[in-house]
Amino acid sequence: MNSQTILQVENLKVNFNVTSEGDMPWTKPKKLQAVNDVSFQLNSGETLGIVGESGCGKSTLARAIVKMVPTHSGKVIWLGNDLLELNKSEMRHHRKQIQMIFQDPLASLNPRMNIGEIIAEPLRTHYPKTPEADVKLRVSDVMNKVGLLDNLVNRYPHEFSGGQCQRIGIARALILKPKLIICDEPVSALDVSIQAQVINLLMDLQEEMGLTLIFIAHDLSIVKHISTKIMVLYLGNMVELANSEDIYRKPRHPYTQALISAVPIPDPKIEKQKDLILIEGDLPSPVNPPSGCVFRTRCQKAQEICSKEKPEFIEAETNHKVACHFHD
Amino acid sequence: MIVANKNKIVKLAENLNADEQILGRSLWADARTRFMRNKAAITSLIILILIVLFSFIGPYFAVWSYEQIDWNTMGSAATLGMPSIETGHYFGTDDLGRDLYSRVIQGTQISLMVGIVGATIAVVVGTLYGATSGYIGGRTDQIMMRIVDILMAIPFMFVLILLLVVFGRSIVMLFVGIGLLSWLDMSRIVRGQTLNLKNKEFIEAAQATGVSDYKIIMRHIVPNLLGIVAVYATLLVPGIIIAESFISFLGLGVQEPKTSWGALISEGAGTINYDTEWQLLVPLSFFIVTLFCIYFIGDGLRDALDPKEGNY
Amino acid sequence: MSFLEVKNLNVEFNTTDGIVRAVNNVSFSLEQGKILAIVGESGSGKSQTVFSMMGLLDNNGHATGSVKFEDQEILNLPNEELNRIRAEKIAMIFQDPMTSLNPYVRVSEQMAEVLVHHKGISKSDAIQQSIIMLDAVKIPEAKNRIRMYPHEFSGGMRQRVMIAMSLLCHPKLLIADEPTTALDVTVQAQIMHLMAEIQKEFGMSIILITHDLGVVAGNSDEMLVMYGGEVMEIGKTERLYENPTHPYTQGLMSAVPRLDDTAEKLITIPGNPPNMMLAPVGCPFSPRCQFSINSCSTEMPNLSKVDEIDHLRACHVEIEELS
Repeated sequence: MNSQTILQVENLKVNFNVTSEGDMPWTKPKKLQAVNDVSFQLNSGETLGIVGESGCGKSTLARAIVKMVPTHSGKVIWLGNDLLELNKSEMRHHRKQIQMIFQDPLASLNPRMNIGEIIAEPLRTHYPKTPEADVKLRVSDVMNKVGLLDNLVNRYPHEFSGGQCQRIGIARALILKPKLIICDEPVSALDVSIQAQVINLLMDLQEEMGLTLIFIAHDLSIVKHISTKIMVLYLGNMVELANSEDIYRKPRHPYTQALISAVPIPDPKIEKQKDLILIEGDLPSPVNPPSGCVFRTRCQKAQEICSKEKPEFIEAETNHKVACHFHD
Repeated sequence: MIVANKNKIVKLAENLNADEQILGRSLWADARTRFMRNKAAITSLIILILIVLFSFIGPYFAVWSYEQIDWNTMGSAATLGMPSIETGHYFGTDDLGRDLYSRVIQGTQISLMVGIVGATIAVVVGTLYGATSGYIGGRTDQIMMRIVDILMAIPFMFVLILLLVVFGRSIVMLFVGIGLLSWLDMSRIVRGQTLNLKNKEFIEAAQATGVSDYKIIMRHIVPNLLGIVAVYATLLVPGIIIAESFISFLGLGVQEPKTSWGALISEGAGTINYDTEWQLLVPLSFFIVTLFCIYFIGDGLRDALDPKEGNY
Repeated sequence: MSFLEVKNLNVEFNTTDGIVRAVNNVSFSLEQGKILAIVGESGSGKSQTVFSMMGLLDNNGHATGSVKFEDQEILNLPNEELNRIRAEKIAMIFQDPMTSLNPYVRVSEQMAEVLVHHKGISKSDAIQQSIIMLDAVKIPEAKNRIRMYPHEFSGGMRQRVMIAMSLLCHPKLLIADEPTTALDVTVQAQIMHLMAEIQKEFGMSIILITHDLGVVAGNSDEMLVMYGGEVMEIGKTERLYENPTHPYTQGLMSAVPRLDDTAEKLITIPGNPPNMMLAPVGCPFSPRCQFSINSCSTEMPNLSKVDEIDHLRACHVEIEELS
């Protein structure tokens, strides 16, 4: 496994301007910090899992990396190029290498195109001169890779089940042989027995094709299974970043600890004896985040310094970073 | 914990896939099936097709042309101008002794043509305008839609009449006037649908792939709009026919001796006290029956392309 | 007196594409104070089972069989009589609290309506009691918040409001249809914890419908596993997790990733959930079952007892063969 860094994100900030209902047309829109100062490094062949709950900014982060939402500041360095500095046609060239899979399998496919056309679209977009026969061959090839039979190529998305639609989405992402695939909640909308199929498929393909993955989900069990390292986000800020095993065995941030404790384990004996860490209260408004540490309003360890000083994201031990004044 | 038998599982997977058919069933085919089940819509479609055929084939059975004057019946339309097979005036004559059968055919041709061509212009211009505006969004969208708002505020009939009076009556003017002003509604509707579609994940997927904006509009947005567009287009046709009929009713429509339903109805209404009911009833029936058919077809289309499917 | 006894419940739907048999021959019973979890994936019929019990089926739905609550037959009861049972004896909460609460009406009105209608008390009394209930479900500043609209609450709060609303008449049975599926995991933990506390305090029985095996593990006494409208296995939760005796239950348990698990690969169930439009012949799970034998695709197996009472499974293949 080649461990060179292929993606380096530095101090990425994404803001949105929001107007609340009932505001006058001349009221200045408020600033929503969807992603606040996120930095990480991704090496070839790794899988970075990004977890967090509603409003943590994980989906926005994914879209910011591929420039589908405008960024406020920061750098996204892909194979030495800062993507945020590139113009549209330069960026197009890099899009071949970075593909995306989405959450709602049926909604991510154009209902008016048959799956052959859907899967071939990236190929036709970037290599329009490819002869028809070659296109057909590549489509068939990638369909087999994801476990779809060739004879299904003329069918339409609504004729498939959720799991199969997701396979079609994966095939579409693979046809250009990308280096990086960003998976935005790819299995959340699927049945339990099908989730396992798709997860296994992704892991097999990763090994076979040497892919690097960014896997975004709110289900920590699935993320831990597929990821080599995990980043925990809260209200747009990074709170912890470490290897999957370390996140589970030695979570250092109070939010991570609460998150892990909240994940139900399918084992009645363990569940009944569990020491549940309950976070009280509601998620603060991202338009008006708490001063200092964003988690302090719900943290049991919060002290005065937490409201005055935002904790830095530091390395507590090798390859284990956390942002907390009182981390474990 | 079970240890899965890989071979059996692979075999199972193959069996599952092999059962499925080869040909795909597109959403259009689904809609077509649903449309066929709608009796009112199918009946209306058949009647409409018959009317259109009539306007093509009817002339072969005509004895008189639409401008020929039958000197025998002129002036005594009430007694001699009644519909009859022997005289060759199947629908009777008008006050000037012209054959109503041919005139009705002529009127049908003109009215339908204005309706369909006008609707086509409206659909093409409105769809492209609305889809582009909706997709690009932001300031461009605001400006484009404000232009539509301003144009819509102009009283349509007034402008049309003005154009016709200033530039003279001609069929081209009629097309231009009606077509230019009926795309506005369509663009609003299409823009709304585009905004709805824009947020769907398959559009995001296309953007993430790097498909150009133009291709996204043409390949992803427009085909998914066609359902709504088809429904509203069928509702546009009657509106245009009515507009044209009104203009002709006022005497500003197509020039004599050409005629349209509106002109015929106008003439027929004028002579209603003189025992020449057919002069009004025949063109009026054609007018009403056609409009009803188009409305039923539009209804049928809307039901067939049921938005509950969630694909719009 | 038995608390809840469901026998041979069948639910069919008349659709334009034919008859869909959503629930087939489902039988189970529930004791007072116990929690039953009904587990299944898409097409399993778990939601339609409880909808039919509560008389909430769509117009084209038709239920047969018997549902006895406290010895009274309640299946297909006319609305006037059923309304005396709904909310007062059996309450229900749903998956999406945003759509189960009327967005145009204040929470105080919606809650008071329940009490005024069922208990006949005055509106101001009803609002007072509602505030007390909101406190019980730990809504902060209940007195002020009650006058807010649903959209002003967060997802977790809304679900608490739903729970409070369902408890107003002190029902004996609470049916929760996927109550936490739409919520974040930390909020889910809060809500399940709340439900457990309330259950203890009020001595209520709960039927919990979910597809999340983790939630079932920590929050139920008994569980019922459904697939394709049929019961696959039913028994005490601890026993089923320790020793699942049905291929589907086994498959499901293996397919779920666990946080404390370090296995490289997940063991999956091949194939897709059933398309309920095409009525399956025999056992609906047989096309995906690696142990299926000939009789599986022709005949639906009956529920048979596993060694202990109240542990039943529907499978032609002997337990020993499922190694």
